[in-house]
Amino acid sequence: MSINLTLLIVMGVLYACGIYLILERSLTRVLLGLMLLANATNILILSTGGYAGLAPLFSKETNPETYNDPLPQALILTSIVISFAVTAFMLGIIYRTWVLARQDEIQDDLEDVRVAKTPSFDAEDDAIVPLETSEFAVTPASPADREKPDATETPNTATTQEGGSA
Amino acid sequence: MNLANLSPLAVLLPILGAALAFLLIRHHSAQRVVSIGILSATLLLECLLLISVWDGGTTSVTLGGWLPPWGVVLVVDQFSSLMLVVSTVVSLAVLIYATGQGMADGDQEAPVSIFHPTYLILVAGVSNAFLTGDLFNLYVGFEILLTASYVLMTLGGTGPRIRAGVTYVVVSVVSSVLFLIAIAMIYGATGTITMADLAIKLAELDQGTQNLLHVMLLVAFGIKAAVFPLSFWLPDSYPTAPAPVTAVFAGLLTKVGVYAMVRTETLLFPGDTLNVPLMVVALLTMIVGILGALAQSDIKRLLSFTLVSHIGYMVFGLAMSSVAGLGAAVFYVAHHITVQTSLFLVTGLIERRGGSSSIDRLGGLAKLSPLLALLFFIPAMNLAGIPPFSGFLGKLGLLQAGVELGTPLAITLVVGGVVTSLLTLLAIARVWNRAFWRKPEDAEYPDPVLKTPGNVGVLPRTMVGSTAGLVVFGVALTVFAGPLFRVADGSAGIMLDRSAYIHSVLGDSVVVPPLAQKDEAQKDQSPADDARTGDAK
Repeated sequence: MSINLTLLIVMGVLYACGIYLILERSLTRVLLGLMLLANATNILILSTGGYAGLAPLFSKETNPETYNDPLPQALILTSIVISFAVTAFMLGIIYRTWVLARQDEIQDDLEDVRVAKTPSFDAEDDAIVPLETSEFAVTPASPADREKPDATETPNTATTQEGGSA
Repeated sequence: MNLANLSPLAVLLPILGAALAFLLIRHHSAQRVVSIGILSATLLLECLLLISVWDGGTTSVTLGGWLPPWGVVLVVDQFSSLMLVVSTVVSLAVLIYATGQGMADGDQEAPVSIFHPTYLILVAGVSNAFLTGDLFNLYVGFEILLTASYVLMTLGGTGPRIRAGVTYVVVSVVSSVLFLIAIAMIYGATGTITMADLAIKLAELDQGTQNLLHVMLLVAFGIKAAVFPLSFWLPDSYPTAPAPVTAVFAGLLTKVGVYAMVRTETLLFPGDTLNVPLMVVALLTMIVGILGALAQSDIKRLLSFTLVSHIGYMVFGLAMSSVAGLGAAVFYVAHHITVQTSLFLVTGLIERRGGSSSIDRLGGLAKLSPLLALLFFIPAMNLAGIPPFSGFLGKLGLLQAGVELGTPLAITLVVGGVVTSLLTLLAIARVWNRAFWRKPEDAEYPDPVLKTPGNVGVLPRTMVGSTAGLVVFGVALTVFAGPLFRVADGSAGIMLDRSAYIHSVLGDSVVVPPLAQKDEAQKDQSPADDARTGDAK
């Protein structure tokens, strides 16, 4: 199978630019990056079809080996249609972000930020329960004693931190 | 007549239904009748398909008159038909729930006229992904369901949904691009994309190329299935969508990824080349996911994290590549689709009754609405794996298979599985204690709704009914666990053997390559094991 070097280089450049662009925070650039990635992949599929041959239209005299492989072209056609639909949808989303927030940036998840900032101490989960929980306590604890452990409590219990945003 | 010839209808019916629902976009009641009717018909058809392959057996349908190595085939076997039936039962319950919500709320929260056609297209995509025997058609199936899910995710176009939708769309598109790159490379290396043909031709490639293609596919499917390092997107994007949409996403979309991983591991790249990394990933998915769940105070986010965590169990079963492990994983997928969806549906009800889905604002629901408490309690205990339920049976199957395998890593995973199960119970118990058990006054920021008693009118009967139906279906999975496990184990045997699949697609004359790598690897492994035990001595 012969490989077209120009196609390969173009593909590499498209991939590089695409990956650079999807790492940006601006949505329009992310969209451009996704489009470049999709097109680079189309070129990759095209290059798996091998050398450029005749159009795969049947005529009796032609040697089958001179035809181009039609399957990759069918795949590319499908993937172009799909990426077209996704691009249109993304444009819709970008427009909507602009209408809603007058900005084109990817925003942080507020709940995510809130959970990450939550101290590991939780008043209800980590409260110190008095050892003697019987209603018929032998020595009824004075209110002062009961306050003590709460006052000395420091939020140092190492429990779980937000795992998903890491 | 061969029933499998009807299998294209499982994809076609929902698509035709979607077209019809679009035509009826201004007639809401007609639209409801059409989509529920079409989905019920699809379910009936899929039950027939499942019965036809109940005792084992694989049948394939060639589409468009192109014979298998070139054309697209649909393959019906126990695994795919079981997944079809469970997924459609769940989709139907969610559709009825969504219809009830739409009737109660009007078009404000979720524009129902758009919802119905999109939802049917989502179901068509899921069915296509389960049925197809062609790698590129699998990509198309993924794209159908993803495109529909983009629309459902951002339904209504409010600020938080758009924000979550952006993350979801970009991550999904990147994973699709990776999948497409893998397909291109596979086509370049073998000249075919029919999965049965690939099963033969991929074995002829050298090991390095095989590993590259294998990892590419697993990464692409791993993003969709939300396996640990690739799972960050899920808890960010799922909770903001409308309740029925989150429910169906949580139940189905990740499982389609798991399904594709199972096919990759059993059909395309059999043997145990990547089993060790898969097991490590499974362990991390379980532990990191459930630790994330413990930190959450919003029930939807908490459930999203448990969803990620429990994907680890399925990957664990898959990574053992034994009949027992894979069979238990298949059973676990069926169980988890049902249970996770019903939990999200109940959360939708909780949000309606209690005014919020945050456990800091909820309280006293057990007294306010005992039915709601019951509906939450059963699937929650099922998820945590408390004995009589199917969650327990699935986990038991996985742990037994792990102990049977007996390698140090498998034993570590067994321990990890038990710990995850207990931590799930802890996370669920936190929700139960706060939202249901304690008095509303004890809540940090009690929602005023909690002070008004009674729940008539707040919870529409359709929504409660469909949720209850799904909970009952989950319990039925427990009652009929015996036959179900037999089918799951049977499907695992057929998948690991591969010859039935390949013969049904390519004809009986094709020689199936023996699983040479596995035997070699085992031979390689045993001296290594000997050496290790020798060192230990």
